[in-house]
Parts: sequence; C-alpha cells; structure tokens
Amino acid sequence: MEATTVLYETDPDAHISVQDLTMAYGDFVIQRDLNFTIRRGDIFIIMGGSGCGKSTLLRHLIGLKAPASGRVLYDGISYWESSPADQQRIKRGFGMSFQSGALWSSLTLAENVALPLGEYTDLTAADIAEVVSLKLSLVGLSGFEEFYPSEISGGMQKRAALARAIALDPAILFFDEPSAGLDPISSRRLDDLILELRVSLGTTIVVVTHELASIFTIADNVVFLDAETRTMIATGNPKTLRDESPDPRVRRFLNRGEI
Amino acid sequence: MPGQLNLQFPSPDNLRVVLADSWLLTDSRPSPDDIALQLQSRSDIHSISFDGTAVTQWDSGLLIFLARVFQLAGEHSINIDPDGLPDGARRMMTLATAVPAKEDTGKHSEHPPLLERIGLRSLSMWRAAPEMLQFLGDVTLSFGRLLRGTAQFRRSDLMLIVEDVGPHALPIVSLISFLVGLIVAYMGAVQLAQFGAQIYIANLVSLGMTREMGALMTGIIMAGRTGAAFAAQLGTMQVNEEIDAFRTLGFNPIDFLVLPRMLALVLMMPLLVLYAGIVGITAGMFVAVTAFDISTFEYYQQTVRSMAWTHIWVGVIKGTVYGILIAFAGCLRGMQCGRSAQAVGEATTSAVVTGILFIVIAASLLTIMFQELGI
Ligand SMILES: Nc1ncnc2c1ncn2[C@@H]1O[C@H](COP(=O)(O)OP(=O)(O)O)[C@@H](O)[C@H]1O
Ligand SMILES: [Mg+2]
Repeated sequence: MEATTVLYETDPDAHISVQDLTMAYGDFVIQRDLNFTIRRGDIFIIMGGSGCGKSTLLRHLIGLKAPASGRVLYDGISYWESSPADQQRIKRGFGMSFQSGALWSSLTLAENVALPLGEYTDLTAADIAEVVSLKLSLVGLSGFEEFYPSEISGGMQKRAALARAIALDPAILFFDEPSAGLDPISSRRLDDLILELRVSLGTTIVVVTHELASIFTIADNVVFLDAETRTMIATGNPKTLRDESPDPRVRRFLNRGEI
Repeated sequence: MPGQLNLQFPSPDNLRVVLADSWLLTDSRPSPDDIALQLQSRSDIHSISFDGTAVTQWDSGLLIFLARVFQLAGEHSINIDPDGLPDGARRMMTLATAVPAKEDTGKHSEHPPLLERIGLRSLSMWRAAPEMLQFLGDVTLSFGRLLRGTAQFRRSDLMLIVEDVGPHALPIVSLISFLVGLIVAYMGAVQLAQFGAQIYIANLVSLGMTREMGALMTGIIMAGRTGAAFAAQLGTMQVNEEIDAFRTLGFNPIDFLVLPRMLALVLMMPLLVLYAGIVGITAGMFVAVTAFDISTFEYYQQTVRSMAWTHIWVGVIKGTVYGILIAFAGCLRGMQCGRSAQAVGEATTSAVVTGILFIVIAASLLTIMFQELGI
C-alpha cells in the first residue's frame, strides 16, 4: 500500500494544531469543538476542573486515542490520517510523563530509561549507559541508577519519569499533572527543570496542571476546558486572559485559583 | 556531516576543544579518547575551553561526549570553561553536573555473595517464624471473637467470598476430579484385570477418591486458585494503604479481612471434597462400564458395599484442614506483603508455595495419625 501523508495548511509557527476536535468515550462526549494551536518551543498548559477531560485531551495529543471527530496535526500532518509507519515516526518524537509516573516497577531507574533507547536506537550498550546516566543526572538522580521505583520518593519518581520521557530527545514533551502530590519545593524544582529543557533544547512542552504558580511562571499559552459546557472557553496567554478575558470564570480562576 | 573534533592549544596550558558540524546521537561521533590522551601526556594543561560556533545541530550525542570530557577534566583536576559551548548545551551541562540535594532512601547495597545470601535467607526465614506464630495467634483470637459474637466484619463480604471459593470453583474441581478418577480407575483396572478382579475398581476408586485424592486434589486446586487470590487481594490492599486505613479507623483487619476468608474456605472445603469424591467415583464408573464390561448396577453395588462413613469423614476432615491451611497461607502472605506492585506478585507466589507445602505436611501427619488411631 502506498503510504500517504495528508498535509493541512497551518500557521508556520504551529507545532501542534487541534482542529474541531471532539473527544468521546463511546457515545459519551467529553469535550467538543476544540480549536487551538501549540507553537513550536512553547510551554502550553491545559487547565480545567477535575474530570473535564484534560487527561483525555492529552491522550488524543499523544496518539493514544482517536478523535470522535476533527483532527490533530503535527507540523500540518494529520496523525490519524497517516500510515502506521508515519504514525510510529511521529510518536517517536513524543515524550510523556504520566499522571502516576508509570515507571515500570520491575525495572531499575537505569533500565526504565534504557528500555526506549535499546528499542528505538542502534546505540551500543556503552553509549546507552552514558545516555542513561546523563538523563538521570539532568533530573538530579545520578547515583540512583540501580534503585527500583518503589525505593524512591514520589518526587524522585516524577523526575525519573521525566528522565525516561526525555530519553529519546523528544521534540514534544507532555506532562500530566507533574506537580500533583508533590510538596511546593519539589514542584518548583520540576517547574524549573521544565523551563530549562525548553530554553536549552527548544522542546515544545504541553502540561496539564492546576497550579496557578506554575501557570504564571512557565506558561506561554493556555487552553481552558469547561466541564459544564463541554468545550473550551478560552485560549491564549495566561496573564492577558487574567486581566482581559471577557469570561468571568476564566478571570476568577486565574486570579484566585477557583474553578 | 557527522561531528568533527579538533584539538588546539591557544596557550600551552589551555586545551581548546573545537567542535563542528552535526553531533547527533544517531550519527557516528568522535570519541573523547584523543582528549584523554592529551591530558595524560601533557601535564601542563590547566584548563579546557570550547569552541562550538561551527556546530550545526546537536542532541544527547553532544551531551554524552561533553559529560565524558567533564569527567576526564575532573579526574585530572583541570578547570573547565564552558563558555564556548552552544548555549543550550552549556545550560544542560550545568544542570547535569549540579550536585543534587542530598536525598536519602532506604537501604540498597550491591548484590551480596552467595554464602552471604544463603545466610541472609536463613536468618530471614528464622525471623519469619515468630511472625507466623503471631499471625496464628491473631487469627485464633479472631475466631474466639467470632464465637463470642464480637468479631467485626461484614456478612455480605463473607457471602461474596463464599460464592467465589465455592460455586465458582466447581468447574475446575469437576475437571480435575474427573481426570483423577479416570486415571485411578484405569491404572488400577489394568492391573486388576490380570486377575479377573476388575470389579474391585469400584473399591479402589471410591476409597481413593473419598479418603485421599478428593481432598488432596481439591486442596492443591484451591491453593493455586484461592490462596493466590487471597494473597493478591490483601497484598493490593496493603500497597494501597487500605489495611492501614482499617487500623486507623479502629477496625481489626484480621477480623475484617482474614476471618471471612478463613470461614469461607472452612465452610466450602468439605462440600468441595464431597463433590470431588462423587465426580471421581462417576469417572471410575465411566471407565469400568465403557472399558471393562462392568454394568452400572454392579459398580454401584460394589461401591456401596466398599464405602464406609469413616472414609468419608476422614476425607472431609482432611479437606477442612487443608482449607484452613490454604486460607492461612494466603492471608498470611497477603498481610506480610511489601508496599510495591512487585511485592504483590511475590506474595502471590509465596502463598501458593506455602499453601502446598502446608498441605503436604498436613497430609503426611494426618495419614499417620489416622493409621495410629486405626481409623
Ligand atoms: N476509559 C474511560 N471510559 C469512559 N469514560 C472515561 C474514561 N476515562 C475517563 N473517562 C471520563 O472522561 C471524563 C474526563 O476524564 P479525564 O480526562 O481523566 O479528566 P481530567 O484529567 O480532566 O480530570 C471523566 O468524566 C471520566 O469519567
Ligand atoms: Mg487527569
């Protein structure tokens, strides 16, 4: 079969474009008519109340779940209209840090980071070991190579998950509630790390979070999902939205953190 | 073009590392060995600087090269001046070499040698004995509370567990008992037929199935099926801190979780053993009738003649004891479970092994006991 790539016209800055996206589990619509773009090198935050579909949106953005309608474009290429080989290639550029960390519990930290490297690159074992120790040192975990996930604290697990997510030098990094369950200091450190990765590597970063502090310190742009109306109610720069959004819910949340 | 490496000496004590072109993980990259050689041979080098202006693209490939260079410099106590590196790479190296805040986690020594491992294992088994006795004590006390009517547990939980260990186990118990009955009958019949004594298949099967095999096979099935399930359920609750939640709210987890499980097996094992006996005897009849020319009626009569209530009681008592041991092993391993997903797997395995071990020991002891008592 001829591999076809469907290209759509998008903003030249756009890394990810979400167009008319409707998400549903079976007949149960979670969110409809989502339209926003994530620019290359941006830190983009997805906000909204519990259960409004933030994790579901992330699953759509990383190709784990197909849209009920609409599309998700990466550099203008529609993921779900691409051939399996192209989908695989697009996915290779993603790194994901799951809400629960999702480290493989039967593998050590080093093995967790090494597994994707072993599967997807032709690196020698020695090179892999060097990359693994580099990635762990980037997240402040050098010396913990031989530890199992159950032997380290929650904050360290989140950072180890980040080390695994950046193992393959992804072009886009996704985080689901990176600071959930962390103390303010650990969560600040994680924010700093995220900022640093963007500045140093130019990675596009998509984050689901409720933390107002994170939103104003790291976000370039945000999208605000609403559980009641089942659609997005705002997108743009968080400071501008806080001061100028016509929607009182958005202003209230960004001023006081209430949803 | 793959990455290029050039070493210069702008001054005798300064080594300048000039990098050019593409430094990607997937390309072939120059190795830092040249730098190691220079540092070894020239002891007058006091600092390393970089020139990365000609680097076109880079990723972790450049970073692992730099990590090696930084490490070499550290070994030779040489200063690193990272200013000439591409901006992002410089920042990443700063991050990678930052001394992390000291974080302490529990033990973790390297793999001890064999002899030490054997010693540690023996010690931990020795230490496990009091733990097992403690658990036995807790369970006994809990049964005491049950008899006095003060044990705290939900009757609906008991019903659910009973349903799971009893009726839901029937298919596998039927299958195995039928097979065992079939095998006992067939093996016996081939021998007995040499003397024209095929009719005694009935004695062999009915005695064997009711007194020994019914209880033993059901016990082993239940150890794999139910003992493992108990350990996995309680282990998962341990991991989720659910058992701590019971304790905190003043519930006794033994009463709440262990007691209904033990009760369920104590109630269901006798019935399952009786059922296994009936299925096994039916299988024997099937063999006798189809392969050895014995009529159903003859077989039935011979079975009734050979049976005695004591055989049935002995089988039921054995089965009940096995049931108690299986539930005990499963709950013990579940309650002892560690706090990780992996520990649940270990607890499950351990529950099955412990359960079968207990059954084997009990089977031997009970057989000797019944022999001595002349039952
Ligand atoms: N696998 C699933 N099947 C059906 N419904 C689901 C599934 N996962 C999540 N949901 C529902 O989708 C909604 C959004 O969930 P989620 O994306 O996890 O919310 P959030 O991450 O914003 O808290 C919730 O109402 C949830 O019940
Ligand atoms: Mg979520």
